[in-house]
Amino acid sequence: MTADHAHDRPGPLAHHFTELEQQSDSVKMGMWIFLLTEILLFGGLFVAYTVFRAWNEEMFINAHKFLDIYLGTINTIVLISSSATVALAIRAVQIGDRRKAVILLTATLALAVVFLVVKYFEYSHKFHLGQLPGKYYTFTGVEGSNPHIFFGIYFATTGLHGLHVLGGIIVLGWMLFRTARGDFSPEYHTPLEAAGLYWHLVDMIWIYLFPLLYLIG
Amino acid sequence: MDTAGTIFLPPGSSTLAGDVDALFYFLVYASIAVFGIVVFALVFFIIRYRHRRTEKLATTQGPSHSLRLELLWSIIPTILVIIVFVWGFRVFIRMHVVPKDAMEIKVTGQKWFWSFDYPEGIATVNELVVPVGKPVKLLMSSSDVIHSFFVPHFRIKMDVLPNRYTVTWFEAIRPGNYDLFCAEFCGDGHSDMIGKVRVVSEREFAEWLETGTAGGEDLPPEQYGASLFVGRACHTCHSVEGQRMIGPALNGIFGKEHALASGERVIADENYLRESILEPQAKIVAGYEPVMPTYQGLLNDRQIDALIAYLKSLE
Amino acid sequence: MDTTFERSYLKTPKGLASWLFTLDHKRIGLLYLFGIMGAFLIGGVFALLVRLELFGPDKTLMDADTYNQFFTLHGAIMIFMFIIPSIPATLGNFLLPQMIGARDVAFPRLNLLSWYVYIFGSVFAVYSIAAGGVDTGWTFYTPYSTESTGAVISMTLGIFILGFSSIFTGLNFIVTIHKMRLPGLTWYKLPLFVWGLYATAIIQVLATPVLGITLLLLIMERTFGIGIFDPAMGGDPVLYQHFFWFYSHPAVYIMILPGMGIISELIAVFSHRRIFGYKAIAYSSLAIAFVSFLVWGHHMFTSGQSELAATIFSFLTFLVGIPSGIKVFNWLATLYKGKITLDTPMLYALSFLFLFTIGGLTGVFLGALAVDVHLHDTYFVVAHFHYVMMGGTVMAFLGGLHYWWSKMWGRHYSERWAKITCALIFIGFNVTFFSQFFLGAKGMPRRYYNYLDQFQPLHAFSSVGSLILGAGFVVMAVYLIFSIFKGRRAGTNPWGAMTLEWTNPTPPPPENFTEPPRLEYGPYDYDRVAVERTDT
Repeated sequence: MTADHAHDRPGPLAHHFTELEQQSDSVKMGMWIFLLTEILLFGGLFVAYTVFRAWNEEMFINAHKFLDIYLGTINTIVLISSSATVALAIRAVQIGDRRKAVILLTATLALAVVFLVVKYFEYSHKFHLGQLPGKYYTFTGVEGSNPHIFFGIYFATTGLHGLHVLGGIIVLGWMLFRTARGDFSPEYHTPLEAAGLYWHLVDMIWIYLFPLLYLIG
Repeated sequence: MDTAGTIFLPPGSSTLAGDVDALFYFLVYASIAVFGIVVFALVFFIIRYRHRRTEKLATTQGPSHSLRLELLWSIIPTILVIIVFVWGFRVFIRMHVVPKDAMEIKVTGQKWFWSFDYPEGIATVNELVVPVGKPVKLLMSSSDVIHSFFVPHFRIKMDVLPNRYTVTWFEAIRPGNYDLFCAEFCGDGHSDMIGKVRVVSEREFAEWLETGTAGGEDLPPEQYGASLFVGRACHTCHSVEGQRMIGPALNGIFGKEHALASGERVIADENYLRESILEPQAKIVAGYEPVMPTYQGLLNDRQIDALIAYLKSLE
Repeated sequence: MDTTFERSYLKTPKGLASWLFTLDHKRIGLLYLFGIMGAFLIGGVFALLVRLELFGPDKTLMDADTYNQFFTLHGAIMIFMFIIPSIPATLGNFLLPQMIGARDVAFPRLNLLSWYVYIFGSVFAVYSIAAGGVDTGWTFYTPYSTESTGAVISMTLGIFILGFSSIFTGLNFIVTIHKMRLPGLTWYKLPLFVWGLYATAIIQVLATPVLGITLLLLIMERTFGIGIFDPAMGGDPVLYQHFFWFYSHPAVYIMILPGMGIISELIAVFSHRRIFGYKAIAYSSLAIAFVSFLVWGHHMFTSGQSELAATIFSFLTFLVGIPSGIKVFNWLATLYKGKITLDTPMLYALSFLFLFTIGGLTGVFLGALAVDVHLHDTYFVVAHFHYVMMGGTVMAFLGGLHYWWSKMWGRHYSERWAKITCALIFIGFNVTFFSQFFLGAKGMPRRYYNYLDQFQPLHAFSSVGSLILGAGFVVMAVYLIFSIFKGRRAGTNPWGAMTLEWTNPTPPPPENFTEPPRLEYGPYDYDRVAVERTDT
C-alpha cells in the first residue's frame, strides 16, 4: 500500500512532503540558512577589510577618493529599487496579477543589469589608471603604505558581490520565465519568494559595502 | 631545576624546563587516573552485566538520568581543567617575559638553515654558542617562509616569521650540545634544517667570542671543510655523490669546465669556488635556479679555504 | 523469490541511470559510501607510503619532495574527501529520514547535487596529484603556499568545491530535522544520532563558508598577488592562520559529533537499556557546536600571536572538552545494569570509548599553554588527532556501518571475520599511534622526511603498526563485499533496537515505509517495552 497517490496531490507538491505548507516552510527555511552561509562567506572579506583598514587607516582614506561616489550612489539606488520591484512582484503574484508580476520582474532584471553595467565602467576606469589588485598595481597617486591593498580588497569584495549579482540575474531570469508561463499562483509561489530573499541579501551586502568603500573619511 | 630524561621527555636543560615538566607529569598521572577509571568502569560493567544470549532480552530497568551525577562529572573535571589552565598560564607567562639582563642574539631562519648574529659581530651558521647560566634572548625573523625555532631540551619553541620579529629566550643550566629543529614545514629541506645549541662555560664563551671560531680549527683543511660542508648546510642543496638537487653536485667539479646559464663556460678553480660562496648569483650553472643564499659574513677566510680544499678532494 | 529484496530501494527502480539520477536518499547514501571508501583507499595508500619511508632515518623509498607531497595528499584527502562527509553523507543520508518517519530529506535534488559536487571537487583534488602535486601540508600556510610551485590552485579549488557539498548536506539536514518529523515526534523523542547530525549540520553551515573565503583569498593571492597574506606587500601570514583555523577547528567537531551520535545508539542498543542522561548528551552536542567556534587560536600558541589571545583561547579550549567528558561518563553509566552483548558494532563502540578517551585527555596536554609550547608541531599532536579522528570518528563509523549493514543490504557479514578484523584494527592502531606520543614528547617534529637516529626505534615500531592496520582494512573490505552478495539473509530487527528504521522491511522500499509509520514508543524505551532480536 504505497502512499503515492499522485493524482490526489496538488500539482507543485513534491512526493516527499505531506502538505504544501510543509514544503513552502521548508524551502523558505532552507533559503534563510543558505543566506546565512553567504553572510559568513562575505564576513571573511569584511574581517579582512577591517584588519587592513586598521593597519592602514590613512592610506584607505586616500585611496577611496579614487572611487566614484556618484556611480556608487547610483548603484545603491539601483539595487534598493530592484529589491522594491521584486518585493512588489511577489505581492502581485499573491493577489493573482500575473501581468504586473512579469513587468516588475523585468524591471528588477533591468536594474540588476544596470548595476553590472555601471560596475563595468568603474572597473574599466580603474584598469585604465593601473589601479589593479596586487602585483598588477601601477598607479602612483595614492599616498600611504601599500595602496594596492585597498584596491585588492575593493576588487575582491565587489567582484565576489558582482558574481552574486550575476547569479541573481540568472535566477531572476528563470523566475521571470516561470511566472510568465503561469507556474505560480496566490496559493503557490515559493520559488519566487526564495529568489526574492536571495536578491534582498545581495542588496543588503551592497548596502554594507557601499559606505565602507565609498564613504569613509 | 635539573631534570633527568625519562621515557617521556628528554632531559630538561634550561631554567624553565623543570616547570614545564612538572605540569607535564601532573597531566600524565592525572590522565592515567582518569583513563584508569574509565577503563575499569568499562571492563567491570561489561563483565558484570554481560547478557546470556539464551535468555530473552525483555525489558531492562535502570536509572535513566541523575542530576547529581551530571553535576559531579561536570564540576570536578571543570575544576581540574581550570587548575591545569592556571598552571599552564603561569608558566607560559614566565616563558614569555624576557629577563632584563639577557644577552641578545639575532636569529635568521631561511630555507634551509639557521644563522646567528652576535652583537660582537660574529656570525655563525647552524650553531648557536651560548654561555651556561646566563639568560639569552633570541630576536628572530625569517628571510623567506615561516620557520619555527625548537629546542626540545629547553622546552622552547617559537615561530620565525618573514618581515616581523618574534622573541623567545632561555637560560641553559648545563653545558652540552642540544638539538635545534625547525618545527614549521618549510619545504624540501625542512627536516635537514637541524642545528645545535652549544652551551659552554662562561670562560669558554668569552674565548670563543675572542677568536670568533666555532671549533675544528685544529683539523687539516680538507677535514675541516668536510665538517663545515655539513655544519653550514651546504649539503641540504648540494650532493657530493653526483645527485642533482636544488644545486649541482659538487664532487669532481674542480678543474673542469662548466656551462653557465649565461652561455659562458668557466673552469671551476679556487677563485670560481670562492666567488660562488660569497656571490652565488654571479655565475649560475646552466640548468639551475639562482636561489643560493650568500655566505658573506657567515664564513671567515680560513673556513672558505677549508671548504675549497674539501671540494678539491672530491672525486 | 524474496519479494522484499525485489521491492527494496536496492532493486527498485532498476538500471544505472536510475542510480545516477536517483532522488532516493538511501541510494545517495550508498553513492557517497562508494565515494568515501575510494577516498579512504587513496588516502590510506599515501599513509602507508609515508610510514614506509619513515622506517629508516634517511631516504628509504622516495626523495623529500615526493614525501612532502604524500603527507599533504594524505591529509587533504582524508580530511576533505573522507572524514568530513563520512558519517553524515553516508549513514546520515541513509538513516535520517527513516529515523524521523519521513519519506526523504527536505531537498532530495539538492542531496543528489551535493553528491555530484562531491565527485567534481574530488576530481579536482585528485587531479592536482598529477598536475604537479602539492607539498604544502593540508594547512596551506602562507607564504609557503603562495610561493611554492605545484598545483596549489587546483587543490584548493577542489576543496572549495567540496565545501559546497558539505554545506548542502548540512542545510538539507537542518531543514529535514525541523520540518519533516513524524507528527508526535518531538525533539526529546529523537534518537541521539539525529541530535548529533543536527549539531554537526549547524557547524557545517556556519564554518564551511569561512574556509571558502579563505581558500578564495589564497587563490587570489597566488593569481593576482593581492598581498593580504604576503608580508612583503603589507600583508600578514598569521592572518591566514586565523582565517584557516576559524573553519578548521569547528571542522574537527563536524568530524566527531556524528560519531558520538552513533556511539549513543550503539551503547544503548547493545546494553539493551535506556541511554543514561539523554538530555545531557543532547545538550552537550549543542554546547560543543557553539564553543567550537571560540577556540581556533589553540593551533597558534607559538605563532607569534599575543599572550592575551593565547590565554583566552587556552581557557576556552578547556571548556570545550567538558561536554565531551560528560558524554563519555553518560555512556559508561548506560552500561550499568544493562544487558550487554559484545557483537561487532558494540566492540567498535567500546574501542571508541577507550581510544577517544586517550585522544581527549591528550588534548588537555595541548590546551595547556606551557606544555603546548614543547609539544606543538611534534608527533604528539599527530598522535592526538589520529586518536580522536581515527580512534574516535572512524571507529564510530565502522561501528555504525556494521550496525546498520543488514538494514542497507538485507544481509549479514561474517561475525567471526568482523571480530578478528576489529582486533587487528585496534591493535594496529595503537601500535602505530601510541608510540607517536612518545616520539613527540621526546622532540620529534612533524612533517619530517629525515630524522635523527635516536628516533628510529619508535618510528619503525609505528610503521609496523600501520601495516597491521592496513591489513585489517583489507580483510574488512573482503568480508563486507562478500556479504553483499553471499551474506546470511537478515531479519527486520537483528539487534532488538527501538528506533524507527528497524520497523520497516529490510532492506527498505524506496518510500521507506510500506505503512505510515506510527510512533508507538520512544527510541530508548527499553524499560517500558520488550523488544527482542528478530533475525531469520
